[in-house]
Amino acid sequence: MKNDTRSRNHPAYWAFVVHRISGLALTLFLPLHFWALGNALHGEAKLETFLRWSDQPLVKCAEVGLVLLLAAHLTGGLRLLMLEFMDWRHVGDSHKTLLACAAGASAAIGLLFLLNLL
Amino acid sequence: MNTLKVKIWRGAESGQFQEYEVPRLESQTVLDVVTYVQRRLDPSLAYRFACRVGVCGSCAMSVNGVSRWTCRTHVDKVAKGDTLEIAPLRNLPVIRDLATDMREFFDKWAKARGRFTGAQTRKDEFAEVKPESKQRKAVDAAIECIGCGVCYSSCEVVTWKPDYLGPAALSRAWTLANDVRDVAQKERLAAVAGDAGCHSCHTHLNCTERCPKGISPTAGIAGLKRLVLAATLKGDL
Repeated sequence: MKNDTRSRNHPAYWAFVVHRISGLALTLFLPLHFWALGNALHGEAKLETFLRWSDQPLVKCAEVGLVLLLAAHLTGGLRLLMLEFMDWRHVGDSHKTLLACAAGASAAIGLLFLLNLL
Repeated sequence: MNTLKVKIWRGAESGQFQEYEVPRLESQTVLDVVTYVQRRLDPSLAYRFACRVGVCGSCAMSVNGVSRWTCRTHVDKVAKGDTLEIAPLRNLPVIRDLATDMREFFDKWAKARGRFTGAQTRKDEFAEVKPESKQRKAVDAAIECIGCGVCYSSCEVVTWKPDYLGPAALSRAWTLANDVRDVAQKERLAAVAGDAGCHSCHTHLNCTERCPKGISPTAGIAGLKRLVLAATLKGDL
């Protein structure tokens, strides 16, 4: 018999889900990022057109999401590295504090980016 | 008298939940509920228990979808309203009803070289393990494991990858990897370094979250990853 969501419903598993989804979403974004940079190879005008297009409010909103994904993946990754390499005698139950710090830091980074846009 | 509606898994791998009504009592444990059903309502119900006080770990089951010791779980803490769902441990073959076949679980302890291998004989002096040593302190928690299977049942990686040795076997390997008397360290690291070993752990922390003894097998698995890395860099593996 297999587990269902009731067994997985705890903060560390949600952290795994966020890390996996943000990783996949960033992987999907990467080709778009390279395509945008590649526009520069076809002259300044083409890149400029794209950059002007990206100034639209909807694209800017999507950028906040992107920054949030990046921040979540970065802080989540640092958390994992700490869990892997730190001496657990000093981690103990504080692994949840570590998780809260990662979530808080990524939310703060996303919010700062949003405030910078406004 | 208040009653509790209890759904209990009947059958083996295929089967269905059967509902029973059990009187609800003060300080009632989930094991009390299962025992009531077996003794008063349906003697054919198969389940496993021994000590009833959280020492042996044999009464572990899935209660409302979460693996736990039924003897140390009060109904008040887990009942959703007046209902309970009791099923066998996950990730293990079901023999019948609430009893699982634990062979695979313990076979994996052997595969992880979970057996102490010493070099001394009875003619030697007692080997000294210094309580304040770093290695001994690193396994303070893990040596308390009683092999109940709750972590194995909760582990998502075992479900994804049935060959995975699992949190309990790897945690056992971690305790021996820190045992200064053990002489099979290289073989043990080789046993846990493979595809089914410590590197398959995704750090979901399901085992850490659910261990009734508050042990973190994830800590031991992380420790094994570090030992494997160090041995690989040194060219020992």
